[in-house]
Amino acid sequence: MSLVFAGVCSHAPGITGRAHLADPRVCEPFHAHFRAMGEELEAARPDALIVVGAEHFANFFMNNMPAYAMGMADRYEGPIEDPGWLGIAKTRVPGHAALSKRLIRCVLEDIDVAYAEEWKFDHGIMVPLHFLTPRFDVPVVPANINCQGPPLTPLKRAWAFGEALRRACDAAPERIAIVGTGGVSHWPATPDSGKINEAWDREFLDRWARNDRAALLSYSDEATYRDAGQGGFEIRTFIAVAAAARGQGTIRTYVPIPIFSVGCTIGLMAVE
Amino acid sequence: MSLYGAQKLLFHLNRDAAVQRRYRDDLPALLDGYDLDPEEREAILAGDVGKLYVLGANGQLLMHFAALLGMPWADYIEAMRDGVRRHGPVRAGIYAMTTSADEKVAGL
Repeated sequence: MSLVFAGVCSHAPGITGRAHLADPRVCEPFHAHFRAMGEELEAARPDALIVVGAEHFANFFMNNMPAYAMGMADRYEGPIEDPGWLGIAKTRVPGHAALSKRLIRCVLEDIDVAYAEEWKFDHGIMVPLHFLTPRFDVPVVPANINCQGPPLTPLKRAWAFGEALRRACDAAPERIAIVGTGGVSHWPATPDSGKINEAWDREFLDRWARNDRAALLSYSDEATYRDAGQGGFEIRTFIAVAAAARGQGTIRTYVPIPIFSVGCTIGLMAVE
Repeated sequence: MSLYGAQKLLFHLNRDAAVQRRYRDDLPALLDGYDLDPEEREAILAGDVGKLYVLGANGQLLMHFAALLGMPWADYIEAMRDGVRRHGPVRAGIYAMTTSADEKVAGL
């Protein structure tokens, strides 16, 4: 049945954990956009949701860091963070081991993806699920791209990972949704937290919405680090989703919210 | 220095409830299991987020550690700035400060 939904969203922990510190006139409309994305996801009636994420050392460390990893379990748990700090209670999230195994077999034709039969979700997945599947009732297949511990996988390989995921979904009878989650420019977990390069973000999101492969892959990590911070490395997740969806995107909202440390983004993309 | 060992401790501490219990109950013994130089060991014993930031601990690991310590967001941001004031620029990694120590980027 292949893909029935594709989109991208932010996942900054402040979106839930520091909502009380934000201007409600900015925060509430963004939260509403996030929930609306969840309603569109639900309307697509997915059997499973692939979350292309960029985890932050919840599972993988520099002793054995996979460039790409996918979960292959029937259940996951999260968040690893203090629930009060994140504003999300600890919970179990359903997985779909059998589907994961089929997807991974297919992805391995093109990408040497690692698999993981246990996986703890951090804010990078829990914040999106909190809005998109608030009852945590859609089986999740986590798919991680290392965006935290350099050396990092090249952007062209993130694109290839997205293409491989699409081929794997095309071979599955299930209705599958895919959501990429990451920041555009941001300098999280530093004293610069809250710094946002809006012009850079708008240019990147325009390239994403046009699904312009050459333009998306033209960023060097040196330039991204300079212009978009170390958080900008997470554009890999958006790039993978563009490759998987193949269609044109629409940015539903982009709003810099410094207390959330990122330009908060919701985007949907046609599956073609 | 053994930054890798300090980060590995933070990695375990952030994700493993059993390690968190050992952190609370017998921190020196827990630290004995990691390759730490004296500066790192002292910073972790003291919960000195600013020093660990300057030593180059990955920001994501450190942010979760600060949350574990129960530090409010503004205090955590200020602790990193204070670390730079006391010890100079970040010595390793990709989480260097690019603003000035007096700049309140997000109003905090």
